[in-house]
Amino acid sequence: MTSLPIDQLIDTQRGLISREIFVSPEFHKEELERLFSRAWLFVGHESQIPKPGDYFVSRMGDESVIMCRDAQSKVHVFLNSCRHRGMKVCRYEQGNTSLFVCPYHSWSYTTDGKLQGVPLYRALYEGTLDRSEWSLIEVPKLRIYKSTVWASWDAEAPDLMTYLGDAVDHLDQVLDCRDGRPGGSEVIGVHKWILPTNWKFAAENFLGDSYHNPSHRSVDMIGIGPSAQRGQRRDNEYAKGQHVWVGFPQGHGMHSVHMPEQFEYQPGYAQYPEVEEYFRHAFYERQRRLGNKARLLPFTGNLFPNTSWHGRQPRALCVWHPHSTTETEAWRFFLVDADAPAVVKDVSRRFYMRYSGPAGMTEQDDMENWLYATQSSKGTIARRYPFNYQMSMGAYKVDDPIPGMVSTQITDQTPRNYYRVYARYLKGESWDSLLGRDLAPLRAAAE
Amino acid sequence: MKKGLAYFELKQEIEEFLYQEADLLDTRKFREWLDLLAEDLVYFMPIRRNVKFGEHDERENTRQGEGISWFDEDKWTVTKRVEQILTGVHYAEEPLSRVTHMVSNVRLLDVKPSMEDPDEVTVGCRFLVFQSRVEYEHYTFIGRRTDVLRRNGDSWLIARRELILEQNVLLAKNLSILF
Repeated sequence: MTSLPIDQLIDTQRGLISREIFVSPEFHKEELERLFSRAWLFVGHESQIPKPGDYFVSRMGDESVIMCRDAQSKVHVFLNSCRHRGMKVCRYEQGNTSLFVCPYHSWSYTTDGKLQGVPLYRALYEGTLDRSEWSLIEVPKLRIYKSTVWASWDAEAPDLMTYLGDAVDHLDQVLDCRDGRPGGSEVIGVHKWILPTNWKFAAENFLGDSYHNPSHRSVDMIGIGPSAQRGQRRDNEYAKGQHVWVGFPQGHGMHSVHMPEQFEYQPGYAQYPEVEEYFRHAFYERQRRLGNKARLLPFTGNLFPNTSWHGRQPRALCVWHPHSTTETEAWRFFLVDADAPAVVKDVSRRFYMRYSGPAGMTEQDDMENWLYATQSSKGTIARRYPFNYQMSMGAYKVDDPIPGMVSTQITDQTPRNYYRVYARYLKGESWDSLLGRDLAPLRAAAE
Repeated sequence: MKKGLAYFELKQEIEEFLYQEADLLDTRKFREWLDLLAEDLVYFMPIRRNVKFGEHDERENTRQGEGISWFDEDKWTVTKRVEQILTGVHYAEEPLSRVTHMVSNVRLLDVKPSMEDPDEVTVGCRFLVFQSRVEYEHYTFIGRRTDVLRRNGDSWLIARRELILEQNVLLAKNLSILF
């Protein structure tokens, strides 16, 4: 049990959340100990490691991990630390190898993690060191879903699909081909940068904080979208849809759109007729394939705890890795349909770059907000005053019109729900509790 | 390349141009700076990766025209960046950062068609860009730069700018300034 007064500091009933959780080093420590060591975390994408021996070095929480495909093509995730004295066994970002050789004392590991080489083994270790017990430390839980690789450090964690629950319907909108075929995405590049902010500001932003739209006024004024001459930072693809903000018992939350039974393609990509044709065609193909399910379209979302997405314009998965209370390493994996024509990929990547990340004209303003929100919450006096999460209290329906706790107005319900689950992790509760199995009916949830 | 008097005269002229260009940015004359960019500008800053010895040429830097870089864009996009700053509500640059662009190690790498009558010059240099923001925020961007300059009357237009920033994980929250 944690000694922190979690319930006093996180009051989701009244919508009051202490600034301590964003600025206190004790919370950072407890998060690593109790949350990042249990929750399912996004590690990478199979398109980054297509061949046997391919690896991509990623992060889980504040630790470096190696995602690699062994000689038999099986995908593993290992802690990037030699069992002998802890040196990183891989300091390249991506590549292909048959062995990970530790630079320190030259212990070497095969791509399935087994300790193979121990210098002077016969002379120094014979009879003492059982090599089979000193493999690289491997995640006990790994699951690949539509090419995305996920892992948990908790052997007792439920299967990823249970963990995702109905939120998977929204994740699918990010991972599936634009024409509705399941999966089929590829990563075309990864941003990595340091944010002087608490990681939860970033996660919360994607949970469905559509209320911060005014902070992006400058890009909407100048127009940077695929139809820039009409202004705005992206196309309005969802003109006749019902915007929904949805929370799930496992803590996931998102802003998606539920389209009416009959809905038509909204012209976009005005600057790029060839690309417009592609997306128009994909749109109707998707409707044909998915039928009623095609009504769900994505904006942003966050899978508990730290994997966020932009679903269409732009299209990316983001991971917010905590370095400390006030420092976050942000990674963004940009996605396209692997079999999209070259011109579609080119227009997409150019838009992604001008929209997203530290050089992105939209998201620069987010980073400014997160930095100064963190810094100005550190003071003794500031910490006495909680943040306000009282927007749209109680204004949601359950499983109507789609599964989850569904609000049809902008709401703090998704973050209230997120921090309800966050508190449970910090209190070290059971997986039944973390999955919200006690929340039937869901009305007993956050409020 | 023969380094006679013509080389040094041209190098002097190019250095002057680069210093004046830097001054436009540092004194926030962003519109005037845009006038120095060719209509077919390529503005490129790759992301740099940690790769094995021997793989640097092949894999260290992301490539122009494919995948994701920090910048891989044209004049239209750079112009949007300026327009955004000039809205006065681009909060990542409002209030405006204080920025100094240092340019050094200037060398002429290629001159076409001739040193005596140059139309296009490829210039290598090092950059050190210091950004001070609001009260305490500060970032230093250091790296190598290769510019392609095109003769424009008695001045020059920047047709290509490639910025090799000496960082892997970007150590700044934003690249909201112009390089």
